[in-house]
Amino acid sequence: MSFTVPDDLRYLESHEWVRVSDDSARIGISAFAQDELGDVVFVELPAEGDAVAAGDSFGVVESIKAVSDVYAPVSGTVTAVNESVTDRPELLNDDPYGDGWLIEVELDNASGLDDLLSPEEYEDQIA
Amino acid sequence: MTLKQPPLAAAHAERGAKLTDFGGWEMPVEFDSIRVEHEAVRESVGRFDVSHMGQVTVAGPDAGRLTDRLVTNDVAELDPSESCYAAITDDDGVMLDDTIVYRLPDGWPNEAEYLFVPNAGHDAEMTDRWTRYRDEWGLDATVTNRTESFAMVALQGPDTSDVLAPETDADLAELARYETVMADVAGVETLIARTGYTGAGGFELLCPWDDAETVWSAVDCQPCGLGARDTLRLEMGFLLSGQEFDPDDEPRTPHEAGIGFAVALDTEFVGRDALERVDAEGPDEKLRGIELIDRGVPRHGYSVTTPDGTPLGTVTSGTMSPTLGYGIALAYLPVDRVGPDDLVRVRVRDEPKKARVTTTPFLDR
Repeated sequence: MSFTVPDDLRYLESHEWVRVSDDSARIGISAFAQDELGDVVFVELPAEGDAVAAGDSFGVVESIKAVSDVYAPVSGTVTAVNESVTDRPELLNDDPYGDGWLIEVELDNASGLDDLLSPEEYEDQIA
Repeated sequence: MTLKQPPLAAAHAERGAKLTDFGGWEMPVEFDSIRVEHEAVRESVGRFDVSHMGQVTVAGPDAGRLTDRLVTNDVAELDPSESCYAAITDDDGVMLDDTIVYRLPDGWPNEAEYLFVPNAGHDAEMTDRWTRYRDEWGLDATVTNRTESFAMVALQGPDTSDVLAPETDADLAELARYETVMADVAGVETLIARTGYTGAGGFELLCPWDDAETVWSAVDCQPCGLGARDTLRLEMGFLLSGQEFDPDDEPRTPHEAGIGFAVALDTEFVGRDALERVDAEGPDEKLRGIELIDRGVPRHGYSVTTPDGTPLGTVTSGTMSPTLGYGIALAYLPVDRVGPDDLVRVRVRDEPKKARVTTTPFLDR
């Protein structure tokens, strides 16, 4: 099976994606990750104003069968939390790159973005 | 250790199943999604490959006597084509396994009179146990492990008969719960039993290993993996070997596990005297249902406490119930400290989640 890997995103080896625009970034999990997890039933996210650090866990995604930490691809301060996924965790399965996003952060600085995987590199990883 | 492959391994691979190691077998855990598979069984019908379950037959003049003395329920009472649920206990009344014992119906293809189905990975140990006690008691019986001679398919759900009836000459409506019949299913000689592990009704089909694909493809409906099998059984509060009982890690009597109904103290069996005492005194702890009030997913190993944080027990199995939409769990809790409707906490990643003790099944049926 092959999974969508949008061109305009960057990825972590642990299957999170980040969409950077100016000094803010939206973060979620990849189509591959949601398929591996199966039916997502619970999402635990930080609060607005919390700091997240690149490479550190910032929340938890639980499916029926597994508990999985989610890791921040970038460092920054949380400016928005997707409340929809708290109420409807299945959005992570249905639309992982769209309505199933997790948090938005204001970037501390743009450095470190180059360490993330390109779409091609991530595609190779999950192939 | 090499994992055993069920006879349907190729069919599962072709269907894109995700696989898992269970009891030494590589079995499908999920075909499409646990939720989709779960809902199919609750609302309509689903099929499971349960060929990892053991099949041990017992033949000879003392077959019934031997089996009766090694399981907690009354095997002597079974007529041909009847079956019963039972525990297999040691001298202390501790559960080694749970099983269904079948007194085989007319037409069974070999000389055996009884069949019992141990849990995955327990077949060799139980075959040894039967053989050892047969020798110790000087009984005349032949015990044969046929786990790799038979495939087992569970067809479960309210619409099961719609799928099975067109493929068989058996009169399914005539089959009572726990009753069996030998019948033709898609040209294959099959034991059909009205049993299951989902609470959704249905049948389990036992057929020769080499005919598994014929039977599996004939009963065409949503294929379901062990993931959905687990959420379905947990909604009913059914026990899972290795989680709700395990002689090493979770030594429990049938009374603690809530299956005292399967213990016939008026029969002779290994563990009977110990269980007579438990029955008279009542167990100190009982397996209880727990429903989460707060949002969260209880899981095996999470601790259960009073509202002020005093430990009460540990979750043996837990999940997010696909039918109910909230977290459910099983845990052994002290009878004198907590009971149904009491509020407790389940610690999820060090956070106490509000929960309520309840009776099982979790589903009203």
